[in-house]
Amino acid sequence: MDNLELKKIAAEARKDIIEMVYSASSGHPGGSLSGVEIAALLYFEIMDIPSFTDPDRDRFVLSKGHASPLLYSMLCAKGVVPKEELKTFRRMGSRLQGHPDMKKLPGVEMTTGSLGLGVGAAVGMALAGKTDKKNYSVYCLCGDGEIEEGSVWEACMSASHYKLDNFILIVDNNNLQIDGEIGKVMNPYPINEKLAAFGFDVVTAEDGNCFDCLRSAFGKLTEKNGRPKALVAKTVKGKGVSYMENQAKWHGSAPNENERDQAVNELDMELARLAEEEK
Amino acid sequence: MSEDIATREAYGLALKDLGAVNDKVVVLDADLSGSTKTSNFAQAYPDRFFDMGIAETNMTNVAAGMAACGKIPFISTFAVFGTGRNYDAVRQSICYPNLNVKIACTHAGLTVGEDGATHQSLEDISLMNGLPNMTVFVPADAVEARAAVFEAAKIDGPVYLRFSRGKTPVIYPEDHVFIPGKADVLRDGHNVAIFACGVMVSEALKAAELLYGQGVSAAVINVSTIKPLDKETVVRYAQKCGNVITCEEHSIYGGLNAVICQTLAEECPTPVRAVAVNDVFGQSGKPDQLMSHYHLTAMDIAKKYKEFGEK
Repeated sequence: MDNLELKKIAAEARKDIIEMVYSASSGHPGGSLSGVEIAALLYFEIMDIPSFTDPDRDRFVLSKGHASPLLYSMLCAKGVVPKEELKTFRRMGSRLQGHPDMKKLPGVEMTTGSLGLGVGAAVGMALAGKTDKKNYSVYCLCGDGEIEEGSVWEACMSASHYKLDNFILIVDNNNLQIDGEIGKVMNPYPINEKLAAFGFDVVTAEDGNCFDCLRSAFGKLTEKNGRPKALVAKTVKGKGVSYMENQAKWHGSAPNENERDQAVNELDMELARLAEEEK
Repeated sequence: MSEDIATREAYGLALKDLGAVNDKVVVLDADLSGSTKTSNFAQAYPDRFFDMGIAETNMTNVAAGMAACGKIPFISTFAVFGTGRNYDAVRQSICYPNLNVKIACTHAGLTVGEDGATHQSLEDISLMNGLPNMTVFVPADAVEARAAVFEAAKIDGPVYLRFSRGKTPVIYPEDHVFIPGKADVLRDGHNVAIFACGVMVSEALKAAELLYGQGVSAAVINVSTIKPLDKETVVRYAQKCGNVITCEEHSIYGGLNAVICQTLAEECPTPVRAVAVNDVFGQSGKPDQLMSHYHLTAMDIAKKYKEFGEK
């Protein structure tokens, strides 16, 4: 898909994320916004998903389950979730639970929310694929704070042990967790070296909010060499909404009406710019 | 009665036979396959056996992912790790999404013996009972253990299976039919209903014999499915006998005693006495020494009956 189309999808997804969190008066905008380009490239260019029930489909596991608005925005763009339903996010009876629930919403590959567990589940999917000699890949998006959980490293060890070159871990390296900078809260760096030591082929996307940069990085991670893959994507938390960028406070709080209006305004201007570009 | 067999031995053999008839079954172990007896399956079906190393949480999450792709994973380790260390992964990755994973744990209870308190799981039934979507089986002998493995595979959802390390008497004939969710009346009686699970079932049968010698008629009911509980049989025998004793190789909190008291308090208030570990940790020792020390023998069960006249 060309970058212009992807950028339009990304801007729309950001608007959806803001509207969901605003409508619910709660949720996690910062880490949803940082991962938009990663998810958009996966869902609209890289992953092969003929349908969400096809046993041979590629799979996406959002291990950082609190970024559920990001996943829902993608499923909306994919036509699985109607636009109007986004307003039910976090409400009683909604399919759009605070954290993704695979039994409530088709297209959610794994129920996640307790950090560090989704990576292991994604490894299990990749292992099942290898066992059945299927060709699908499993993409798992985790947070950079999330890798403070020991279970992430248990999962990485097993992905390497079982030679899961169909497993691609993406670390959304926005450098912030709720309490502040990851290096100050509980330093998980150096991330690349750790993953490499666990047997991964590791590539950095210096700008994880740039499609060309991400595309190039993913392109280096396709070798079927018996090694699991990792992409460390340096992103900006709150990306695309000026006052949310690089602010830990927007990890888990919702904008008020004025803030929502400003965010939507900025994103509408971005969409207008893209429309100009198209002409 | 034939020779004594550990339920973990029966589990290992049953798992291998299940693997022969169901190719969706995969087995994961956490570096204890020789002890849990999943080694039987590993030797027969190496392509469907995955040693996950000493990483129980990851074993559980990986099993969840495999179940999401249509597999029927059995995960095995000691009960203390498979339910305690592992609790969050069981809750979040298996029970909440209701995935088809069987948590088959061995070395439950005091009869682990010499390894001591760190390895003696006395809270596992409590932990697993509290989880929605979970079924809980505590087989009484090798025959029931084998049947429970096959029945667990038929259930589309999480099942906890509790097996023991030590050899225990075989109380059922080989053609015994285990019905999930159904308590099995092994001996009828009318003075006291003894509800037991796991290794305590054979002790309860011995206790009933001791009580018989004292002129007391004791019914013995094997509650091998703790959840969902066979409330009908529990209430019927409480009504019939008027006195209830519960027996389990588990903490007094959250296990068989708890679910039976809860049921009877609502449906048929009845005096109940518990034979269980009374809110303490275990210690190293021979299994039979430990069972005596913590008052989990046939003699202790029989003595409990005397308490009913004291009030």
